[in-house]
Amino acid sequence: MNSESPDAPTEQQVQHRLLADMIRIRVFEERCAELYGETKIRGFLHLYIGEEAVAAGVMRCLGDTDSVLATYREHGHALMRGVSAESIMCEMFGKSSGCSGGRGGSMHLFDKDCNFFGGNAIVAAHLPLAVGLGLANQTLDRSDAVVVCFFGEGAMAEGEFHEALNLAALWKVPVLFCCENNLYAMGTSLESSESQTDLALKAASYAIPAWSVDGMDVLEVHRATTKAVAAIRAGGGPMFIEFQTYRFRPHSMFDPDLYRDDAEIEQWKQRDPITTLEAQLLGDQLITKEVVEEMWQAARAETEAAVEAADAAPIEPVDTLLRHVTLDNEVGS
Amino acid sequence: MSATDAGNMPAMTYREAMREALREALAADDRVFIMGEDVADYGGPYAVTKGLHEEFGRDRVRNTPLSEAGFVGAGIGAALGGLRPIVEIMTVNFSLLALDQLVNTAATLHHMSGGQFNVPLVVRITTGAGRQLAAQHSHSLEGWFAHVPGLKVIAPATPEDARWMLPTALADPNPVIIFEHSVLYNESGPVGPATGPIDITKAAIRRAGTELTIVASAGMVPKALAAAEQVAKAGVSAEVIDLRSLRPLDVSTLTQSVQRTNRALVLDEGWRTGGLNAEVAATLAESCFWSLDAPIVRLAGSEVPIPYAKHLEDAAIPQVDDIVAAAINLVRPEQ
Repeated sequence: MNSESPDAPTEQQVQHRLLADMIRIRVFEERCAELYGETKIRGFLHLYIGEEAVAAGVMRCLGDTDSVLATYREHGHALMRGVSAESIMCEMFGKSSGCSGGRGGSMHLFDKDCNFFGGNAIVAAHLPLAVGLGLANQTLDRSDAVVVCFFGEGAMAEGEFHEALNLAALWKVPVLFCCENNLYAMGTSLESSESQTDLALKAASYAIPAWSVDGMDVLEVHRATTKAVAAIRAGGGPMFIEFQTYRFRPHSMFDPDLYRDDAEIEQWKQRDPITTLEAQLLGDQLITKEVVEEMWQAARAETEAAVEAADAAPIEPVDTLLRHVTLDNEVGS
Repeated sequence: MSATDAGNMPAMTYREAMREALREALAADDRVFIMGEDVADYGGPYAVTKGLHEEFGRDRVRNTPLSEAGFVGAGIGAALGGLRPIVEIMTVNFSLLALDQLVNTAATLHHMSGGQFNVPLVVRITTGAGRQLAAQHSHSLEGWFAHVPGLKVIAPATPEDARWMLPTALADPNPVIIFEHSVLYNESGPVGPATGPIDITKAAIRRAGTELTIVASAGMVPKALAAAEQVAKAGVSAEVIDLRSLRPLDVSTLTQSVQRTNRALVLDEGWRTGGLNAEVAATLAESCFWSLDAPIVRLAGSEVPIPYAKHLEDAAIPQVDDIVAAAINLVRPEQ
């Protein structure tokens, strides 16, 4: 995805694409919230609404050979990585055609064909995996392939964060660490969980280039990530970007959201990455209302088709319960 | 193997046998690499990897910082990315710092991803007491790992197994944890140069007998064999089974033996409560109840953190004399 290549998209095309991406995630997840109310989706459901600019902006900088690891708030990342809305919805419905065969659910979306390594629900535990994947790329002469690892700011209090950054820096592996700082680790605010709230400074102490970006501005996210990915591909070793963002919804569907002021939430909603970009592009006459409306329609159509397919999909037979525990037992069964 | 075959084989220590297995693995496949704390210049805490970095370079015999969760996780990632990592953890007590990676990630990824991903990772962990290293370097926690679906857990107890279980473990598409008991490293035994990869799911009958089955693993195996030798002098014929595979358990070999001998003595250096010994005993109770001439007996670690002082450490884990007494009492309770 070299932006200097002759067939590179124009700036306007990139802007349109990013807007459509964010709309796609938003529509999909708003429908998920409804389906949770209808008890079609169960377990934990963590919505990304408000944070779409990060997944959209980062993922549009990646190519097929890159790898992505995400957290349990990963519907948007999976969609952006190319996992189909239908297989994600089927997974959340617990159906066998889900992207994890009904074994993972909302928190554990996986897709090998997309190099999408989950869907990881132990905070920070996937960071060392990213280092290992980077080491494999380095060793197997896939040095232009980048591993992108998303995590929340809550992960930065975990030991595995520190171990992973130290290893990444020592071994100079091609990994982009993407911290989605939405200010709350579940209900615990950044100030009460981090002695150093300048997260880029904290990461930089591992001798890793690190900086902060406005995660509500998808164009800024895209610009910063383009630069970082190019530098990593060129052999620059690991990098860290903090995306300052905010989730508009509670942590999960069980969260009564007692720890945040309504005023704070409202203030952040004024910076909604979708409405902000829409207004900007309309104001600059870089898009028409019709095109924007088409984006919303297309997203709704995609989501509704996914819901219909998930409703109709067969469940995994119980006699397959013990499949996929070890690789050999499924070969034998 | 027969005694005659064994006599013709070169003797090797357990340490040398494991090193030879590692050397062969590194030479045979460029994707294989070793990583862990002090595996290079220092030669490994138990000198197992000594010299390998000179032969294969520091990328393939890779020192790590003291970051058990970090480098075990990196091993999982490297395995996902197409490499064949062999991760060394200095002692089972330290492996608890990586328990998250082993239990929450290595063991679950295949299932959670609906079978899309698998983790061909080998983790070598030193286990066991006997070196006066006290309560943070001496425990036998392999039973905890054997509790977890998605992992394979093996415990080679002879130099021959140390040499030839590793290639099988490396070829396995699943995470395999190899437990190496620290007192075994200096033990010598015959190692067949051409034995070839050993099935890592099967137990081995180390000594045939007719009156009781002694079930042992890892550091308990030489003790069980010594005890069997002693009770033979008292006219008691003991069969000794080396579990080798702690997960899955080779239930068939265990059951067939106890159905023949009608008595079972289950040894475990780990704690008795909730230990692997309990799993073995319960399994035998289920499968052999109608064949048993006496209740199954367990001889396991005392319910105490392993103490430092030699006499206390010895008292905390089953010794040959304890096994002899338990075996004779089981077969000849009147004596």
